[in-house]
Amino acid sequence: MRHTISLLVENKFGVLARIAGLFSARGYNIASLAVSETLDPTISYMTIVVEAQDEKILEQINKQLNKLIDVITVTDFTKKEHVDRELILLKIGYAVKDKQKLDELFKKYVGKIIQVKNDTAIVEAVGDQSQIGQLLEALSEFGIKELVRTGRLAITN
Amino acid sequence: MVGARILLESLKRAGVEVIFGYPGGQVLPIFDQLYDFDIKFILTRHEQGAAHAADGYSRATGKVGVCLATSGPGATNLVTGIANAYMDSIPMVAITGQVGTHLIGNDAFQEADVTGITRPITKHNFLVKDVKDLARTIAEAFYIASSGRPGPVLIDIPLDIQRADTEFIWPEKVNLRSYKPTYSGHPGQIKKAARLISSARRPIIYAGGGIITSGGHLELKALAEKIQAPVTTTFMGLGGFCGTHKLFLGMLGMHGTAYANHAVMEADLIIAVGARFDDRVTGRLDNFAPDAKVIHIDIDPSSISKNVRVDIPIVGDAKNIIGELISQIKKLPDTVAWLKMIEGWRKKHPLTYKHNGSMIKPQYILEQLWKLTKGDAIICTEVGQSQMWACQWYKYLTPRTWISSGGLGTMGFGFPAAIGAKLGCPGKEVFNIAGDGSIQMNIQELATCVANKINVKVLIFNNGFLGMVRQWQELFYKKRYSYTPITSPDFVKLAQSYGAVGLRVSKKSEVIKALKKAMQIKNTVFVDFRIEPEENVWPMVPAGQAINKMIEGLA
Repeated sequence: MRHTISLLVENKFGVLARIAGLFSARGYNIASLAVSETLDPTISYMTIVVEAQDEKILEQINKQLNKLIDVITVTDFTKKEHVDRELILLKIGYAVKDKQKLDELFKKYVGKIIQVKNDTAIVEAVGDQSQIGQLLEALSEFGIKELVRTGRLAITN
Repeated sequence: MVGARILLESLKRAGVEVIFGYPGGQVLPIFDQLYDFDIKFILTRHEQGAAHAADGYSRATGKVGVCLATSGPGATNLVTGIANAYMDSIPMVAITGQVGTHLIGNDAFQEADVTGITRPITKHNFLVKDVKDLARTIAEAFYIASSGRPGPVLIDIPLDIQRADTEFIWPEKVNLRSYKPTYSGHPGQIKKAARLISSARRPIIYAGGGIITSGGHLELKALAEKIQAPVTTTFMGLGGFCGTHKLFLGMLGMHGTAYANHAVMEADLIIAVGARFDDRVTGRLDNFAPDAKVIHIDIDPSSISKNVRVDIPIVGDAKNIIGELISQIKKLPDTVAWLKMIEGWRKKHPLTYKHNGSMIKPQYILEQLWKLTKGDAIICTEVGQSQMWACQWYKYLTPRTWISSGGLGTMGFGFPAAIGAKLGCPGKEVFNIAGDGSIQMNIQELATCVANKINVKVLIFNNGFLGMVRQWQELFYKKRYSYTPITSPDFVKLAQSYGAVGLRVSKKSEVIKALKKAMQIKNTVFVDFRIEPEENVWPMVPAGQAINKMIEGLA
């Protein structure tokens, strides 16, 4: 099962390595990770998505995260109501005739064409996990040449 | 003031009396300051010895042990000692030199990423990149090391920071917004625990190292006596409950007493205090104490429900919580029948061994040592059979008289730890119970003892084997003694060549005399006891078995 965990941490060098180490030491791969400063520049916010088969190990990781000196709070969103979003950037195949189809698509999903160069368009989109999944599927008919994603951001509601 | 001086002034403010360490290129400014600074420095002969000595000092005194080493190999040599302290929750501050900040990451001479290497084996670590942060960092390190669940903290100080100049300001208070250990237990949970205790019929107290750390041994005694519950301790908890008390069952687990293990398995309530249900304690988990409800008191929330399900978790300081708990227990459980049952097990399955002519049995040495010292000594150990016999056959009456590597099981720990313990408690007789294998892992510290007139007694249980591994090979690998027969130097001559005293004992009849003699000599003594070569540690729970499925050996 995929778990989304958010952390408020001291904005210092080495903190990310400590956190990543708790996952890697148990053989757990971090599926996505988003880190940035908060309104308080001494504090960073992290959203971590991790695939965990064993709930007990995940509980242990959560407790260990809480134990790290530089970690201020830990929230596991798995059992909490929350809103999550991800931003993606793609390069897709493009011809003038595609414009209408894409505009249609971006009425349904939050996204837009940012730039067109020769036969390639750069597209951005925002959505939750299922929206992004559906959009990627829809865009595949244009030929996805490149894809980058921010990883999930999550916030409690 | 330069960084190196700030370091020493800060250590002094933090109450440090002794530093164990070894000089090197990247700590030269610190050693230059140490030259005429009023703080005791013990030069070990290996950095690992310094780390273990700081650990032993900490275990013996309850204070924060301090070790100091240079960058690169100096620091990596500390690693085993730091990991050892981490596993046993021992407060320690390790200080390492680092190459200059402009060289970090350049593969400079004697450079290693020490904060990276020690990240998973420290409670926290610091790389100081600005001399203005140095004093505060040291204050924080001592606070973190000694509060909550204690542990080692490493401070890596680059060479240019040691030389840089700034005003020395010692922070009187440390405040970390992200680190607030919980000390007092939840009152509601304590009430619930008290009710559960009142209704128990077969309660047992299972106490671990948290009793020693919190200083809650008197509260533990009061609780056990009030509710008339038997007490077993973990390896780390030895000394936390008086070893001669009639409610004491000895240690539990893999080499615990049969009666402690039976009692845990038959209990209807386990009151776990400052213990973590380690695999050496629980044996097969799904069959551990099947009828028992569990109250778990621990300062570390991550220890709770890690291995066994817990009915009433109480996070906080063991001493505080037991004190509260005692006052909350209104109705006392009736344990008369239960204690009788336990006495039956105690009679039926006592700890035992058989003499064999004039051969020296290791258990016999420990029994005699107990008779001679009456518990008024500090017993350090190495790791393996000799260590397990020391758990079983010596009685620890008070906290901090038992010093041994638990979680990590580090051979080579005991001797340097004994040095640390003796420096911390100069008035106490300090013994190191060693095997002929383990003692050779940090034997160079003989020079440290002699040079500093540190008077410790090393009792080598010399059986010509790496005994514990040999025992497993005997029992589980068809006696194929693969690389466990071990040769040793002449320990008597070796001790003499260092300027210490060596004694050899080959007959049972000489044991008492030799112990008495060793205790009279005002020098470090190595006693080479030639013991029964293939003596085993009994009882033993084979790995992965329920803890009442013991092999009881030849009793």
